[in-house]
Amino acid sequence: MIFVMLWTDILVWVLVATILFLGWRVSRSEQVKKQWHTVFKSSIAMASAIVLAFYLFFTLLDSVHLRLSLESTKTSTKQVQYSEIVSLLDLILRHNIESTERTYSAPFALSEYTKSIVVDAKGVTQQVHIPLKHVSTNSDIVVESIKAIVLGMGLSILLIVLHLFGRVGSGIKDTLALVVQGKTELPWRTAYVTFTVLVTTFTWFYLLSFDYHVLGTDKVGGDVLYQSLKSIRTGVLIGILTTLIMLPVAIILGVSAGLFGGWVDDVIQYLYTTLSSIPGVLLIAAGVLSMQVMMSNNPTWFESTIERSDLRLLFLILILGITSWTGLCRLLRAETLKISQIEYVTAAKAFGVSKLTIIRRHIIPNLMHIILISVVLDFSGLVLAEAVLSYVGVGVDPTMHSWGNMINQARLEMAREPMVWWSLFSAFIFMFILVLAANLLSDRVQKVLDPRNKS
Amino acid sequence: MFAYILKRILYAIPILIGVNLITFMLFFMVNSPDDMARVQLGAKQVTPKMIEAWKEERGYDKPLFINHDASGVSIVTDTLFVKESVKLFTFDFGVSDSNRNIGADIQVRMGPSLGIALPTFMIALITNISLALLLVLFRGSVLDTSMMIVAVMIMSISGLFYIIAGQVLFSKIWHWVPISGYESSWEGIKFIILPVMIGVFTGIGSGVRWYRSIFLEQINQDYVRTARAKGLSELSVLFGHVLRNGMLPILTGVVVVIPTLFMGSLIMESFFGIPGLGSYTIDAINSQDFSIVKAMVFLGSVLYIVGLILTDISYTIFDPRVKL
Repeated sequence: MIFVMLWTDILVWVLVATILFLGWRVSRSEQVKKQWHTVFKSSIAMASAIVLAFYLFFTLLDSVHLRLSLESTKTSTKQVQYSEIVSLLDLILRHNIESTERTYSAPFALSEYTKSIVVDAKGVTQQVHIPLKHVSTNSDIVVESIKAIVLGMGLSILLIVLHLFGRVGSGIKDTLALVVQGKTELPWRTAYVTFTVLVTTFTWFYLLSFDYHVLGTDKVGGDVLYQSLKSIRTGVLIGILTTLIMLPVAIILGVSAGLFGGWVDDVIQYLYTTLSSIPGVLLIAAGVLSMQVMMSNNPTWFESTIERSDLRLLFLILILGITSWTGLCRLLRAETLKISQIEYVTAAKAFGVSKLTIIRRHIIPNLMHIILISVVLDFSGLVLAEAVLSYVGVGVDPTMHSWGNMINQARLEMAREPMVWWSLFSAFIFMFILVLAANLLSDRVQKVLDPRNKS
Repeated sequence: MFAYILKRILYAIPILIGVNLITFMLFFMVNSPDDMARVQLGAKQVTPKMIEAWKEERGYDKPLFINHDASGVSIVTDTLFVKESVKLFTFDFGVSDSNRNIGADIQVRMGPSLGIALPTFMIALITNISLALLLVLFRGSVLDTSMMIVAVMIMSISGLFYIIAGQVLFSKIWHWVPISGYESSWEGIKFIILPVMIGVFTGIGSGVRWYRSIFLEQINQDYVRTARAKGLSELSVLFGHVLRNGMLPILTGVVVVIPTLFMGSLIMESFFGIPGLGSYTIDAINSQDFSIVKAMVFLGSVLYIVGLILTDISYTIFDPRVKL
């Protein structure tokens, strides 16, 4: 077994490290800590954060890639054979990958969705629904469900108790009473309920997925639940990595334009006016088209399809980053201009404090709320944009699991009678929950952090 | 004002040159004229001679940025970049890869695009502003809070969902309107009802939230308190003061969009089979026809810059303090 680091994996873990580092910094500053405390005082924000954390957890699971060593029957050969690149999530959902059917089947169905012509033993041709290969007909769905739900709830309660114990130690009894009554300072009751619902639902889906196709199968018999779960990584990555890439550009250019003025300001303004005057989708399309040509000209850059689609995702994120820094840059420039006129910055200048120190000590901290608000605001837009871009044909690689690709493939089946609705439905629901949580959290963050809302 | 507009138009030229430079580089960085010729002429039996002929016919035989063979100014001007840019500036978009005149295609396709985009824009503007005013009138009430939650939900659903759900419900199950198509007469109205309605609905969540926040910002101002203090009814405060003073931020966001309506909507047009510029662009992207994409990028940028100029002019109309 060897670990493989894809390009996007590296970025994801860099991002995680950054978030942890920022979290550590935040925990040292009382003021910022208080602000975040206020954010999470709202139970909606708390629930949204839990949902987002759940999605992030799947992203991280799906961002550890490895090649398994295959058990070779010929012991004489020294060479170890390695399998295709798989992620931890693939290993957890292995049974779903292997249980590929022939074609469409509805959620929990026992036989195929469409009739096929079969010649039976007597030589009579019949149109029948062929039974699915990978469902178990002798298990009772109700009993299985109850088992799974009980297990899921038990698991989440165990985790909650562990968390409570870690938080308060021996005073767990009193705290538990407070939590149940909803009297804790932060809305822990909402958090735990959300957590329980999520864990239970997942356990239910997961355990039943051994016996059924919980969300049905698609045209070539692939399990829709597996596809939906794999798409989480793509969606979340596009949402956060794009911002991660564009942030340094927007901050550096915005701050220097506002602070230095003169020709620096002119050049930067010209840059972002030019970029923002190109219609977004078209710039992305032009960028992706060029990238496709470039990648087909350089087949040596990647060894496997998974590496190719990963590289393409990385390029897409880069292109999205290039097209989306202009708005934030404009905001930061205006704000920097405003801040640099304030007395304490003038005083700092008069004392001969260096420009870099002024930026670090006085300007960046005062821009933080704009940056944070734009990060959370952009996230949901980017997740939704992925679906549209994949539809237009300039999104992620067609072999990559993404909600946009799922919608795009299922869209063609709309005309089918009766309709194949589960692929579309699953993609939209998974996307909706993520985007809704992000939107609700961003509303709250904006409300708390934006100084204009103080009045 | 005339001098101001002239200045803005002159300022637009370097921006458009920049736009051209970006698309040009994106394209030719990865795609040499030789590759293009080979793709266009078909993979089989392409002789170097044929490639040269094709390049010469299209003007692709020139160097990209610097012509070392030429002398004087033409070192820079006798290049592919300058030749292509000059053509674009005279709105001569050349021919597409399938040998069609892009300029003529764009002219034909602008109509249908506008036929969908204009009604969507107008109806959305009126609905969003009226709904926002209604919510501001009942601000803080159950209606306000529940509508805001609904707005966030509407915002959180992918636009593709509305289109697919709308087509299934209204066309497939209830058979109220045809599923897709276009006709440029009054009969054709049955084709545009559904896309327009869906377009309006898709934007309603973010639209109402945006207008509401603009109006709420006004409602705490001193002049609104004065207006109430002198005994004006809440309705006349809303329409006479809040709406009129909210016009400026609204104009900033709205006027700039108007010229780009010509470009149509990529998704709407391709789902509903409308032969506008949006579906034209999608087709071009899918067939990797870069000449069309380039033309559309240029056109989009020109329209955006026109929108910015129009925004400034509209300020002078709505705010007597602004003088250009």
